[in-house]
Amino acid sequence: MADQKASTSIEAVESGLAAQGYIASRQIATAVYLSQQIEKPILVEGPAGVGKTELAKAIAAWRGMKMIRLQCYEGLDEAKALYEWKYAKQLLYTQILKDKLGEVLGGAQTLHAALGQLHDFGDVFFSKEFVEPRPLLQALEQPGGCVLLVDEIDKSDAEFESLLLEILSDFQITIPELGTVSAITPPTVILTSNSERDLGDALKRRCLHLHIGFPEQRLEERIVESRVPGISQMLRRQMVGFIHELRTLDLKKLPSVSETIDWARVLVLLQAGELDTEIVKDTLNVLLKYEADIEAAQPHVSTFIARAARHNVFG
Amino acid sequence: MRENLHRFFRAARGAGVRVSPAESIDAMRAVAKVGFGDRGILRDTLLLTLAKTQDEKLALADTFELFFSPPEPKQEQLEADDGRDPQDADRGAEPDAANDSGGSQSAEGLGPLAQMLLSQDRNAIAAAIAGAANAASLSDIRYSTQRGIFSSRILDAMGLQRLRDDLDDLTATNPSLAERLRAALDGLREAVRDTVNQGLALYAREEAENLRNEILRNAPLARIEPRQVEQMRALIRQIARRLRERYSKPRKRQRRGHLDVRRTLRRNAAWGSVPFLTAWKRKHRDRPKIVALCDVSGSVAKVSDFFLLLIHSLHEVVDDVRSFAFSSHLIEVSAILESKSPEAAMAEIMSKVGFGSSDYGSSLDDFEHEFMSTLTPQTTVIVLGDARSNNLDPRADILRRISERSKRLVWLNPEGRMTWGFGDSEMPRYATFCSVVRQCATAQQLERAVSDIVATYQ
Repeated sequence: MADQKASTSIEAVESGLAAQGYIASRQIATAVYLSQQIEKPILVEGPAGVGKTELAKAIAAWRGMKMIRLQCYEGLDEAKALYEWKYAKQLLYTQILKDKLGEVLGGAQTLHAALGQLHDFGDVFFSKEFVEPRPLLQALEQPGGCVLLVDEIDKSDAEFESLLLEILSDFQITIPELGTVSAITPPTVILTSNSERDLGDALKRRCLHLHIGFPEQRLEERIVESRVPGISQMLRRQMVGFIHELRTLDLKKLPSVSETIDWARVLVLLQAGELDTEIVKDTLNVLLKYEADIEAAQPHVSTFIARAARHNVFG
Repeated sequence: MRENLHRFFRAARGAGVRVSPAESIDAMRAVAKVGFGDRGILRDTLLLTLAKTQDEKLALADTFELFFSPPEPKQEQLEADDGRDPQDADRGAEPDAANDSGGSQSAEGLGPLAQMLLSQDRNAIAAAIAGAANAASLSDIRYSTQRGIFSSRILDAMGLQRLRDDLDDLTATNPSLAERLRAALDGLREAVRDTVNQGLALYAREEAENLRNEILRNAPLARIEPRQVEQMRALIRQIARRLRERYSKPRKRQRRGHLDVRRTLRRNAAWGSVPFLTAWKRKHRDRPKIVALCDVSGSVAKVSDFFLLLIHSLHEVVDDVRSFAFSSHLIEVSAILESKSPEAAMAEIMSKVGFGSSDYGSSLDDFEHEFMSTLTPQTTVIVLGDARSNNLDPRADILRRISERSKRLVWLNPEGRMTWGFGDSEMPRYATFCSVVRQCATAQQLERAVSDIVATYQ
């Protein structure tokens, strides 16, 4: 019974994401389903442009939740990710309240009495009003839950990972002066990484590890179909076939899904009916981002087109 | 089924996927949610929760296939069954009622195992084998030499003794049934053997790999066999990863809590020095700068090869590496190493400078003339070589100047200390100008040497 429900729920995830224009493979859908069920973040790895960030956006749109994005970079620290004291405001208030303080403390005869009175006011300057919430704290404070996207975690420093551990496993943040802030509704957390450096085991352990590679030909055709509706079926097949051939070359940066979609748009704009050597050579710069790659690909263009066309006939 | 999952986790560890207790709990929870109904989903679920890298995913997928492959005993029995079917049909033609009743009569006196075998209940047999394998703790199997003992343990646990007694009795009373039982027993032995083999493939891999790596780590690099080179490279990459994890820390870190008073006051001069903006002290930390001079003549070449591989896979820790190779003269090889695969790079380097007789004097001379400016007070210079200069002028004076210009000069010598200074070895003369001289013949020594060098920058 439970099995039946699981597979239908996974299909529901698939169709829900598809409605937002994100064609998910079975593995991706399973990961999204599981992350909801056992409340664990998903760590998405894979080459640039295969739709890691898009996944988070699609989930947010599908479930009608706000998306909070934290872009990581070298030097990102807790003041920019978690929270910050509004130091200037604190200082400004003390300056303004100077006179007031004088009045309050005026009645006290001794230093001890003054100190006692001061204690009675409590930590006025270290209260919620003076906390500037940054993305991570914001995510916990959303009453309806949200999708928290921690983008390109591999670009941040190793220390920053440790900072994330508390929020990832318990969905809470400890602010020394205020205490622990727990999530009102646990957010759906997506972390993305381009594997520029190895992430720590502690971080990986707390996440579901999802690797998104280049999609299979069929899946990629469906992705193009949903993203670029104006393209004819034949051209779609040919171009996806061509890109799959291109990925077999030893290139510096292989064209990924986002490039496929861009190229499809370009081809539609140029009103190409089918692939020919001329148009491919003219638009190769959409697919390949390095001069050396373009030069390496040039000689293969006509063979790849022929092969892609043959696939089209038989496949 | 929980028992099965636990065994799967052990198998996963055997395949080199690190599964911690916390991860296994997560996996259990996830599996509880998705159930066992769909093989594909179960596989994806386990991959998602247990594997942490793409390599681990591949290894785990293999393990999954092996572990949850349809149990082999079933197939064995199926084939055996097919073989026997015609016989059964033959017997059916004969007056089978008597035979059958005779069979059941004698079966009544038999032990449970004999009855199970005779009744051809494949599922029951498979379950019994699995149960007995558990009882014999098959998951503790480590070496291929243990196969025999585990097979006999499993068979014992299934009640082989009783079966033998039954067989003896039957031979006297009902020979045809005894014949059938004997054939079934052979089938059972085969099934158990397959189970043990599968167990070995699943659980013993880690142990075998650990043992092999341990041996490899302590094997002299120069005398490594061609078939081990690939394994050695993998091991070096592992070492590089470990060093990277240990030493890749950010270069500057703010020391929170140490106010930089001077900068704070200066910055807030506009507000009458009320410190609206604070400035904090920073601590700068240098990333290692390494200049490596590698002898690529003869016996030292292999060690240089692995050393260069290690240094260049440390690019996250070591900011700036320049490598030079020499035998009779010296060239820079950084570009070759960075643009090519290790094999191709080494081949190209060898074709350019390798295989000559080494001349340390002229190589050092080349370095001084062309590349002396690469040395800064932050640079660690590593020379890897046996210091055997074929009785040519060692030019130790150049080494002195190199040492003076750099932070440290480390000499790694693949030869043992015993031989330094004998024959044409100039090691004692060079050693005077080196901060550290150490022997470096095995992967383990290589790791220690590089680790020490990187650690001085922390």
